[in-house]
Amino acid sequence: MTTYKETFGKLNRAALIPFFVIGDPDFETSLSVVKSAIDAGADVLELGIPFSDPIADGPTIQKADIRALNAGMTVRKALDFIKRVTDYKSIPIGLLVYYNLVYQYGTEKFLKDFKAAGGSSVLVADLSIDDSDEIAGPAKEAGLETVFMITPVTTDERAERIAEKTTGFIYTVSLLGVTGERASLSNMVKPLVTKLKTLTDVPVCVGFGVSSPQHAKAIAAAGADGVIIGSRIVKMIEDNLNDKQKMQSEISVFITQVKSVLE
Amino acid sequence: MENNGRFGDFGGFYVPEVLIPALEEIERAFYRFKGDPKFVAQLDELYTRYAGRPTPLYFAKRFSEYVGFKVYVKREDLLHGGAHKVNNTLGQGLLAKFMGKTKLIAETGAGQHGLATAMIGALFGMQTKIFMGTVDTRRQSVNVHKMKLCGAEVIPVAGGTGTLKDAINEALRYWTANVIDTFYLFGSVCGPHPYPTVVKHFQMPIGTEARKQCIEQIGKPPDMVVACVGGGSNAIGIFSGFFDDKKVRLIGVEAGGEGVQTGKHCATLLEGKIGVFHGSRSYLLQSDEGQIYETHSVSAGLDYPAVGPEHCFLKDTQRAEYVTADDEDVLDAFEIFTKSEGILPALESAHALAFLISQKGKLPKDTVAVINLSGRGDKDVGIVEEHRPVQ
Ligand SMILES: Cc1ncc(COP(=O)(O)O)c(C=O)c1O
Repeated sequence: MTTYKETFGKLNRAALIPFFVIGDPDFETSLSVVKSAIDAGADVLELGIPFSDPIADGPTIQKADIRALNAGMTVRKALDFIKRVTDYKSIPIGLLVYYNLVYQYGTEKFLKDFKAAGGSSVLVADLSIDDSDEIAGPAKEAGLETVFMITPVTTDERAERIAEKTTGFIYTVSLLGVTGERASLSNMVKPLVTKLKTLTDVPVCVGFGVSSPQHAKAIAAAGADGVIIGSRIVKMIEDNLNDKQKMQSEISVFITQVKSVLE
Repeated sequence: MENNGRFGDFGGFYVPEVLIPALEEIERAFYRFKGDPKFVAQLDELYTRYAGRPTPLYFAKRFSEYVGFKVYVKREDLLHGGAHKVNNTLGQGLLAKFMGKTKLIAETGAGQHGLATAMIGALFGMQTKIFMGTVDTRRQSVNVHKMKLCGAEVIPVAGGTGTLKDAINEALRYWTANVIDTFYLFGSVCGPHPYPTVVKHFQMPIGTEARKQCIEQIGKPPDMVVACVGGGSNAIGIFSGFFDDKKVRLIGVEAGGEGVQTGKHCATLLEGKIGVFHGSRSYLLQSDEGQIYETHSVSAGLDYPAVGPEHCFLKDTQRAEYVTADDEDVLDAFEIFTKSEGILPALESAHALAFLISQKGKLPKDTVAVINLSGRGDKDVGIVEEHRPVQ
C-alpha cells in the first residue's frame, strides 16, 4: 500500500480529492460517478458513509445522506462499495464517518473490514484527539492511517498535538462553519496552511467551502498538499437526479478543469 | 478540557474539532464562576425575585386519597415561564453574561426551554435565536409566539424528523459557524461535556429545596422521588437532593408513547442501546447499524432519542429505577390530577403522575412520594383537547 506521504510526495503538486457520499443517490449510480471521477483525474478519494444526523454537514451533504439512506445504503454495503472502487483502481481512500456507526459495528472490526476493502485512512467527524485513543490504536493495528481536523480556532499548542496524532494528513477546515458551497474562498486558508507547514511535516489538505477551480488554485498556491472538494460536486448529483449521463459528465468535466489548474 | 465529563463510561465530549475551544471556554468559565460570590449572589437574587424560587412543596390531599398513599408535589410549574427550564437558562444566561457573550442560541422541543431562553435573552438584552423542529412549531405554536414576543428569532428546522434532535443538529451547525461571539444555551443534562454538569448544577436547587421542605413538613426524607425523563434535567435536579439518602427510591419515568412494543416511543434508557450521539455516550434509540431513530410521544418535551449520561450511570449502578408511561395513561393522569387538585400539569410531568397512578393500591398508605411537577399544562391544553375532547 502506498502511504499518503508517498502519494503526495510523488505528485509534486497539490492532490485533487473529491468527496462523495457513498450510495448517493443509489449504489450503482454512485459507483459509476466515483469511477468517472477517478477516470477524470482524482488523486485521492474522500468517501462518507451516510448518517441520519450529520452535524458537521450543511444542507447539500445532509440531502445526499438522506438520498443514500433512502436508497438502502448500509454500513456493510458501504464497505462493499469501497471494495468495488479499489477493485476498479488502486487509489487511496480516506473515509469520513460519524462515530456512532463505527461504534455500533465494533470499532476494531470496522477498521479491519475497511482496511480489507482497500481503505487508507479514517476521519471520525465527531471524535477529537482528546478521545482519539478510541480509534488511533485500533486504526494502527488495522494498518490504517489517521486523519484529524484543524480549524481556524485551533490553538497552536493544540494544532501541534493534533499533528502528532495524525499519520495520514491534516484535514484543514478553511472556515468556521459546516460543509457547503461558498462564493469566495476563506481568507484564513493562507495563514492556516503557512502556520501548519511550520508546525509539522504531515501532509496538509484543505476542505470545506472549496467550490471552483480558482479556489483550488489558490489553495495549492498557499502550499497545501491537497484540495478536498465536497458540496460543489455533491450538488451536481442533486441537480441531475433525472439525467445520470449529465450528472456523470458534469462531474467529470469539473474534475478535469480543477485538475488542469493544479497541474 | 479540565475534566473528562464522564459518568462511569457515559458522557464525554464527542464533537467536531471546531467546537472544542468553545466547550473549553464554557467549562473554564463554569468552574471559575460557579462559586464566585458575585455570581452566586446575582443568581440567587434572580432565582428569588425573577423566577420565583423557592417553589412550594405541596401536599396533594385529594390526589393522595385517589392513589392511596401520600403525594407531595414540588411545584416547579409555578416558576416564571411555567417550567423548571428557567433555573437553567438563568444560570447559563448569567454565565454567558459573565463571559462577555452577547448572543444566545438554543434548541427547543416543547418550546419551554426556547421560551425560558428567550425570556433571559430579553432580560439580559442579548440577541437570541431559537431552533425548533417544524413538527414542534406546529404542536407548540403558542410557545413560538411567546418566544417572538420576547424578541427572539425562532428558526424552524424542517430537516430530519422535524423534532428536538433536528433542532439540536441545526443549533450545533449554526454554532460551528458562530462560535466566537455566540453562547449555546443547552436545555438539558445531555450533549457534550460540560453541559450535563452545568445544567445539573443549575437544576440542583429543586432537590436541595425539596429535601429541606420534606424535613420541615414531614420530618424525614420521602420513600420515593419521581420525575419524568426527557433529556433528564428536571429529574437530575430533584434526584440530586436525595443521592445520599440511600433508602429513597429515585424513579425516572420515560415516555412510552404508543407503547414500547409498538416501537413508537422514547423509552431511551429502557429500550435503547449504548452509542454516541450529540457529543455524549449514552443509551440511544437507534438501528442495529447506529442510525438514530425517530421518537414518539404525546409530549414534545420528551421526544428525544438520547438521554443524559448521568441517568445512564444511575441506571447501570441501580441507584435509580426507570419505568415508562404510555400516552393514554398520561392523558388519564392529566385529567385525574387536574380534576382532583385544580392544577394543570405539563404532559411531560403527567408521565410522573401516571407512574403514581399505576401504583394505586400497591403501596402501603403511609408511603410518601415526592413528584417533581416540572411544568404547567397550559401549553398542552390544545393537544389534550384533540385527544380527549371535553364534553
Ligand atoms: C415541563 C417539562 N418537563 C420536562 C421536560 C423534559 O426535559 P428534562 O428531562 O430535561 O427535564 C420538558 C422539556 O421540554 C418540559 O417542558
